[in-house]
Amino acid sequence: MSAVARIAAVARKEFLQLARDRLTFGLIIGIPILLITLFGYAINFDVRHLKGAVLDEARSSASREFIAELEASQVLDVTQRVQSSEEIDAMMRDSTVVIAVAIPADFERRLIDGQNGGNRPAAQILVDGSQPSLENVANALKQLPVFQRHGEGRLAPQRFEVRVMYNPERRTAVQIVPALVGTILHMTMVVFTAGAIVRERERGNLELLITTPVSPAELMAGKLIPYILIGLIQTTVIVAVGNALFDVPINGRLIDLYLAALIYIAATLTLGLLISTVAQTQFQAFQMAFATMLPSVLLSGLMFPFDGMPRAARWIAQALPLTHFNVMVRGIALRGAALPDLSPQIWKLTIFFVIALGAARLRFRKRLD
Amino acid sequence: MAVDIAIRARGLARRFGTHFAVKGIDLEIPRAHIYGFLGPNGSGKSTTIRMLCGLLRPTSGTVSVLGNEVPRDAEIVRRKLGYMTQRFSLWDDLTARENLTFMASVFGLARAAARERIALRMREYDLGALMEQRAGTLSGGEKQRLALAAATLHEPDLLLLDEPTSAVDPQSRRDFWESLFAIVARGTTILVSTHYMDEAERCHRLAILDLGSIVAEGTPQQLMNDIDANVIEIISEDMAAARRAITGVAGLESAAQLGTRLRVMMRTDVAAPQQVLAAKLKEAGVPAQVNATSASLEDVFVAATRLRRAAQSAAGAPS
Repeated sequence: MSAVARIAAVARKEFLQLARDRLTFGLIIGIPILLITLFGYAINFDVRHLKGAVLDEARSSASREFIAELEASQVLDVTQRVQSSEEIDAMMRDSTVVIAVAIPADFERRLIDGQNGGNRPAAQILVDGSQPSLENVANALKQLPVFQRHGEGRLAPQRFEVRVMYNPERRTAVQIVPALVGTILHMTMVVFTAGAIVRERERGNLELLITTPVSPAELMAGKLIPYILIGLIQTTVIVAVGNALFDVPINGRLIDLYLAALIYIAATLTLGLLISTVAQTQFQAFQMAFATMLPSVLLSGLMFPFDGMPRAARWIAQALPLTHFNVMVRGIALRGAALPDLSPQIWKLTIFFVIALGAARLRFRKRLD
Repeated sequence: MAVDIAIRARGLARRFGTHFAVKGIDLEIPRAHIYGFLGPNGSGKSTTIRMLCGLLRPTSGTVSVLGNEVPRDAEIVRRKLGYMTQRFSLWDDLTARENLTFMASVFGLARAAARERIALRMREYDLGALMEQRAGTLSGGEKQRLALAAATLHEPDLLLLDEPTSAVDPQSRRDFWESLFAIVARGTTILVSTHYMDEAERCHRLAILDLGSIVAEGTPQQLMNDIDANVIEIISEDMAAARRAITGVAGLESAAQLGTRLRVMMRTDVAAPQQVLAAKLKEAGVPAQVNATSASLEDVFVAATRLRRAAQSAAGAPS
């Protein structure tokens, strides 16, 4: 009974302090909104409207038709018409354009050759390889009907039909926004909890606290309760904003999503707790928290497909809570999965939670030495 | 049955790396007394206090606090213990009332009892006008009153105060000590560390610590009576000349200027020290008045710390 009272006292104190700290409180709501807007609009794997240059040396009706079709694809906007390949080089160098199409003078002749089995390319696409994912754009462009018709013509072979499930319009936001829930939660849960405990050590509050009857377990529980609530608030903000701005659906049950979030919050909180038992200063705590952040973002399948990663990276990713949560949240939100479908992930997160909590408990002593 | 000793320590030592901060001290602190630790910075005062409340484990030695062995039974002791850290360690971003409410619930006071006790401490320590202020905005003296109120909310049997008055003005220090006497009158034992002589003099008993050892122990009066030196005061117009004149006198242990007076300590094996000094001054042609006087606590402190160190290094020099 008195243990409950002490936990409540610590939690109440933590709430009061959080409510006082306007900046932190603002960040708790502000960070999710900022990130979701930023990521939702800026990260787009479905690249369109690239600035492009065209060098048309053929100046024939066929080449004009070809350029019109390129523009119609919306992948590139022809912003520059140039007279020489040197001009293309210069524009690429200073980033006036990132993509260029060069049509040789004998364009039509090459088209006809191509139809008769010749292997000279009809036209050339130049892409700025210094920027990520533009190369894929060029490859995608190669598959465009214009090239099929003009380059390969009637000999174009039949292809497989590709159906993109759960995201038929191939919108990046649909893939990114659910995964942002975990990323943002990781950020706030780990950073804030690690900082909150280390701050008390830095300011000398801990020396007083550990001479009171509060046990380490009570202290930890009391400190974590407010952050669990904050995590759930953040989840709500992200899901609501994602739905309102980017039409990201929740195909599964909302309660499953919250339960999954709760398990994940527990795992990340204990990670923050563990950091706080190691770090001596807030600065160290933040450094360590960010050190866990980057691998999580890169290896968790947030942006790069998990299955494409080398074996070692996949092993590391297994130890990151975000990896498992991303599977869960995409499953529930997009694939309409229910919690029982996700039991491997639940188990892995639970194991992470137990290990991290155990380690934190071992390291946290009611002593200064 | 009643234990008259609140704290008992035997051979208490603590090592940090290769350095011994506390080198095997014995303590017996009687109940319902104000017991002082007087010592310079780094003498082991804080380390000892931290070992007594279980914050640090002793490297060797045994401690019993209120009849419980520490650190083994530290949790039991913590319920009966109030601790004021050297640095203000309540929460700056909480109000005085919120801080007190938190501490009350942590010590298991029920809601009604807590409210009553907080109101009582508020009156006792004159916190009425400060209750809704953030602790971070309080002055040094106000913070200290708040910290004392927090440390005594649960009416502890033992109060450990680690340099409680280091950031406080003289009037607040006086008031603070009045509060301590009120607390000790209720039967609480108080252990207070300080480096102020006037505070040390107010303690019932005191231990002088230096370099991790207790170099003198007793009531302030005893310590002053038993000082192992003769204290002589020289009053002169030309202090510099007087100081030059007595330099090198056999048996001179220390000379410290206090305004227009020179306070001199002579070894006890020097017969008629007053005459020896007067003769020296006369010889140098320095007009001066030479009087024997009783030892102050500062003299005791100087004799116990500096002279002992000097003796040790002299003894240690040949080897």
